[in-house]
Amino acid sequence: MSIETAPSAGATALDPTAAVATRRDIQHRLLMTLGPILAALIIAGCILLAVGVDPLAYYGFVLEKGLLSPLGIQQTLTRMAPLLFLAAGLIVAFRAGMWNLGGDGQFLLGAVTAAASAPVFVQIMPAWLALVCSFLIAMVVAMIWSLVPALLRAYQGVNEIITTLMMTFLGTSLANVLVKLVFRDPGTTVPQTRTLPVEDRLPRLFETTITSGLLLGLAAIIIVHLVMTRTAFGLKLRIVGANPRAAIHSGLGVPKLTIAVFAISAGLAGLAGAVDILGVQGNVRADWNPAYGLAVIPVVFLARMNGFAAIGFVFLLSVLSIGGESAARRLGVPNHFTLVLVSIVLIVLALAEYIDHRYNQSRRV
Amino acid sequence: MSIASSLSVDKRDIVALEGVTKRFPGVVANDGVDLAIRPGEVHVLLGENGAGKSTLIGMLSGLQQPDEGRILVDGEPTAITSPRHALALGIGTVFQHMMLVPTLTVAENLLLGGPWWQRPKTEELEARVAEITRTLGITVRLHAKVSELSLGEQQQVEILRAMVRNTRLLILDESTSMLTPKGIEELGALMRRLVGQGLAIVFITHKLKEAAAFGDRISVLKLGRKVGEIPPERFRALGEQAIISEIVELMFGKRKDDPEAAERPVRVIHAEAAPLLQVHDLAVAPTDEAPCLSSISFDIRPGEIFGIAGIDGNGQKQLAEALAGQRATMGGSVRLEGAPIEALSVGERRERGLRYLTDDRLGEGTVGTFPVSINFFLKQVGAAPFWRKGVEQRAEIDKRAAQIVREYDVRTPSLKTPVARLSGGNIQKVLLARELAEGAKVVIFNKPTYGLDLANTLASRQRIRDTAARGLAVLLISTDLEELLSMCDRIAVISNGSLVGTVENADDARTKVGRLMIGLAA
Repeated sequence: MSIETAPSAGATALDPTAAVATRRDIQHRLLMTLGPILAALIIAGCILLAVGVDPLAYYGFVLEKGLLSPLGIQQTLTRMAPLLFLAAGLIVAFRAGMWNLGGDGQFLLGAVTAAASAPVFVQIMPAWLALVCSFLIAMVVAMIWSLVPALLRAYQGVNEIITTLMMTFLGTSLANVLVKLVFRDPGTTVPQTRTLPVEDRLPRLFETTITSGLLLGLAAIIIVHLVMTRTAFGLKLRIVGANPRAAIHSGLGVPKLTIAVFAISAGLAGLAGAVDILGVQGNVRADWNPAYGLAVIPVVFLARMNGFAAIGFVFLLSVLSIGGESAARRLGVPNHFTLVLVSIVLIVLALAEYIDHRYNQSRRV
Repeated sequence: MSIASSLSVDKRDIVALEGVTKRFPGVVANDGVDLAIRPGEVHVLLGENGAGKSTLIGMLSGLQQPDEGRILVDGEPTAITSPRHALALGIGTVFQHMMLVPTLTVAENLLLGGPWWQRPKTEELEARVAEITRTLGITVRLHAKVSELSLGEQQQVEILRAMVRNTRLLILDESTSMLTPKGIEELGALMRRLVGQGLAIVFITHKLKEAAAFGDRISVLKLGRKVGEIPPERFRALGEQAIISEIVELMFGKRKDDPEAAERPVRVIHAEAAPLLQVHDLAVAPTDEAPCLSSISFDIRPGEIFGIAGIDGNGQKQLAEALAGQRATMGGSVRLEGAPIEALSVGERRERGLRYLTDDRLGEGTVGTFPVSINFFLKQVGAAPFWRKGVEQRAEIDKRAAQIVREYDVRTPSLKTPVARLSGGNIQKVLLARELAEGAKVVIFNKPTYGLDLANTLASRQRIRDTAARGLAVLLISTDLEELLSMCDRIAVISNGSLVGTVENADDARTKVGRLMIGLAA
């Protein structure tokens, strides 16, 4: 029996059951996502209780400061901009089966070069062109930084998890050195780069404090999603990720694709750094490292490397981190508790997935 | 069949297999195997790689469960659920690769697996080992580190470990593959002493000489099926040479009323036609698991099926990969329609009309998690009309995929089904459709019917014959001599990385190829 026996008849006959099935599927998905998040909130609440903090007050603060208050939501949306770029970069890498864990190094080098170049460029060219050039420079520098792991992986098969992590240590230190020694603003006593005047930064949206970098980030992640799912290039990367031997068998140039993946992934991380500097910070202070790159990794996994789902989860992460920062100040909970919360969510989700899988298996038998 | 299996149930059997079948995604590893294992006998399991020996051992040692059929232990149907359970039943296995911890001493290795809350009973072990080694006439240095022992000594330790655990059935999986000739001889003597004490031994090998020298009973496996057995009475009656020739007959011979037997249609190949594929002096460097290829030369004319016969692992895969461009060559030339292609990439060779149907259907032939429809076009990603300016044209892909599914009778729930969910035969149809798509001139088939059931085997063979009938040149690599004899015009035999002879497929080809395969002159 081939599937073409009666396509239209089969389709119409199957439609109601198929609709029920998809609805049940969506319900199941929602349950499998929201249930564990709820469970994780409860577990994290227990931890808060253990350290003597009222979890309801904490969550209340997080919601209040991250989501409900006008200033909070604007900060949350602004924070999303670099996170979206980083998530986009990770989606490319993970879908191609490559573990670019060097996002932080690439991010910081992008940030530093953008911070160093933008104040110079604005003096010699129109502001918009200066921003474009700074973005490009940040992207190229991050790409170059990823070249070592990329070449090692492509031609020597060296595990990129190790190399990108090592390069991120070097990258954060190099960024620091650059800030303190090369790009240091002589006009200040604290070691930092020259500050980009507020009027030359990325414009803010309407009458708010939300940076227009948010739109760039959204565009980046949606483009990445479409490229990965709808184009030949994206399919090639997914083949490399899903079955590298099949990629070789199919005649794909795996080494070149590997280098392309690292370049795109790192380039997006560099843009993330640039968008944070050119849109929000205006300069890079010495020892500044927000470690967004590591925080975004679990988010991309929660989204199953789907761009649209990643937007939702990045929003959640932003709410948690903005709300968590102010809750930390009020309640004395360490800032890093946001990360604790996110990791509990991830572990509970993974457990739920495992249990669901086992349940399905046992039911099939 | 049922009479045979009921006959084989014997009170004396320690373990008996009845109609055991094991399937893996895409492959039937064991197909209705019956086996009787008796104390005091060395039961040799003989077969090529992929004949299903390892799967059979996996089931006996509790690593895998049969899909059909049953295993009797002491006459009782028993499900051997885990390696621990197998040990408790008295079934001990010495695997092909050493399973000792090299940094620990022999005694420590022997004590592994004891209850964790007890102090290891070293004195008890020493007494027991002394007793066992005395009766077997071997010496084992209990306090030497395993890494200091030779491979033969390590093997003795593994056998000793099985004996310490009161093993009644000892399984030796390809145990001679890493031993020196002297080590092999010693192992043979040890096996005789063990069966002398009433132990049952299953000895797995693909070397005919060892089978004849050490066995009491031989079962021959071929592509998952048991194709014959030489019982002890007959074994003793025959001399070594007679046994070997009987085994060769079983392994390569023609069975009566064979459903696969098909009259080879007489094809007219124009001898004067220019060869489509010319391979001259091709050489490939050796790797860890494969021999080097040296001075491989052959021509294939349009409409011709050229077979490569040989025991698995003699360089067949390397040859196919070198021709397809997946493996670097060290020298030689490959010409397609007279034009050299040895410097071209995999994709360029495909474009010129060279197609390679791999034997590793899920490992490299397809992306298991991707839908059936995409797998049809895995080697054409980016090509019109399925992609325009790099953008996927889903309607075009689905339309063409539906057409192929109909044409090749691929049985799939839908075009979106992940290809790994299909049966082996249907995955093979996906590969056939992909490689035989328009533009094919030379097609390399590597073990095209490996692990398929009969219906799909016959269908695949017909596809290959049709391919040749269309005027394409076909290189058919197979370990199934029957298959080659029923399809090829000429058969070359590969051994240790070189072609040791080429035989016209005439009446006496079977004997000639069979002799070449076991290293005798044709």
